Amino acid sequence: MKLVNNMLGATGRLFFSYMTHISRMIYLTKDALYWTIIAPFQGKGNIRWKSTIHQMVLIGFNSIPIVATICFFVGLIMAMQAAYQLERFGASIYVADLVGVSMTRELGPLLTAIIVAGRSGSAIAAEIGTMKVNEEIDALKTMGFNPTRFLVVPRFLALLFVLPCLSLIADLVGILGGFFLAVFSLNISFTRYLNQTAEALVMKDLVTGIVKTFFFATIIAQVGAYQGFIVEGGAEGVGKSTTTSVVTSIFLIIIADLICTAVFYSTLG
Amino acid sequence: MHNNEPILKIENLETHYGQRKILDGINLEIFAGETMTILGRSGCGKSTLLRHLIGLSKPTSGKIYIKGQDIIALSEEQMLPIRRKIGMLFQGAALFNSMSVGDNVALALREHTNLEESTIKIMTRMKLDQVGLSGFEDFMPSQLSGGMKKRAALARSIAMDPDILFCDEPSAGLDPIVAVGIDQLILKLKKAFNMTIIVVTHELASVAMIADRIALLDGGSIIALGTVDELKNSDNEKVQQFFNRIPDPEDYNRESYLNSLIGDW
Repeated sequence: MKLVNNMLGATGRLFFSYMTHISRMIYLTKDALYWTIIAPFQGKGNIRWKSTIHQMVLIGFNSIPIVATICFFVGLIMAMQAAYQLERFGASIYVADLVGVSMTRELGPLLTAIIVAGRSGSAIAAEIGTMKVNEEIDALKTMGFNPTRFLVVPRFLALLFVLPCLSLIADLVGILGGFFLAVFSLNISFTRYLNQTAEALVMKDLVTGIVKTFFFATIIAQVGAYQGFIVEGGAEGVGKSTTTSVVTSIFLIIIADLICTAVFYSTLG
Repeated sequence: MHNNEPILKIENLETHYGQRKILDGINLEIFAGETMTILGRSGCGKSTLLRHLIGLSKPTSGKIYIKGQDIIALSEEQMLPIRRKIGMLFQGAALFNSMSVGDNVALALREHTNLEESTIKIMTRMKLDQVGLSGFEDFMPSQLSGGMKKRAALARSIAMDPDILFCDEPSAGLDPIVAVGIDQLILKLKKAFNMTIIVVTHELASVAMIADRIALLDGGSIIALGTVDELKNSDNEKVQQFFNRIPDPEDYNRESYLNSLIGDW
């Protein structure tokens, strides 16, 4: 009986702790949206543009090489896997369709989000967590600054801006990867591949891909910041929160992707 | 001596941490221009009290008046004008590590005032000069020693010319010579700006030097209040224990020790 009690107790506590985390994260997101969209117009506190641009460089510009490299390889891999199947039907030209559509609709945004979550989401958690440990967050509050406006908004805005850009780069480079294989291994001509890709892609593919990135950006910024704010207990706490932020971000990104894709699939086809 | 209204007044302050009572009915009045030291051993609740006074956390019950306004009832937004007139020196300095020393000091001026950048630069230099750090505005906090960080943090906390300055263990983690330097600096600032200073500490040497009055905190309540001499001559056992540095008697009971080892968890 004691065992059952303990088990039920543990499950209940775990459930409640998850619910608390979720509700607090939603609260932080609401707060961040308020300080991003509403507060500047009420004259309560301007957006810190200098810090925002600094974050754009850190999160966006500095991620270009790794995002581009990974997406090029993924494009290449996909083209090879597709060619392996399509060649049997003499339809290797459809490699262009497959790579183009799957990169823009799905893999470009998703891979970018996962890379940025690992690279910058963790950095956000670590930075804010270290500030929490050093009493810097308390110092901000006593000086009359809102930590959300000061720390979360610049990172949130930067992510909202750079993630779509990075995704576009990822789409392009991924298609280039497929193109690379098609031209050098499948003997498809340069123009034919390009025409095929252009024919296969419609605006809807690109747009649905980009729309997703705004949700991904929100998840990465808010999870990272939240994990930073709840750090407790010095360097070890920072490490733990950093790890949790990456795992949670990636999990939520996949969930959000699933929901977005399901909505697009059922409404737009 | 003090027939005017207190600048800071604490009424029946109570705080719990989970089930545990941390502060138990604190009443205290602090008058403009005095240096009040809140003295107590580790874990007596003095840091918690300080967090309440600067509005970082809310107590279970009780009232805190700063210049006649109950800050516990205020929202974060209503609290802003008060925050601008109080300064806080954190135990670990808490400088913003991503900003230079100059930017740390200038931050409040840039965000809370409409002063010209050139004016802010001059004011920043003046504040740094007052704490003996002139010429360090382009240094990053990580390039400073522990004592210099405290000085820079002090410059930041007085940037807005506060009426009340709170200090959390100003000499913690510093060698005696640097520590006495910080104490002297606090005295100097008090004379220069006629600030009300509230210091939380357990350093007796520091207390003797800077305190006008002492509130001795033990077990979550104030057990003695008065000047340094008054407290030194007090016949309260706990006050004497603190001032004469007498350790707690070792309460060794064989049976209860055994029980604590094998008893129910």
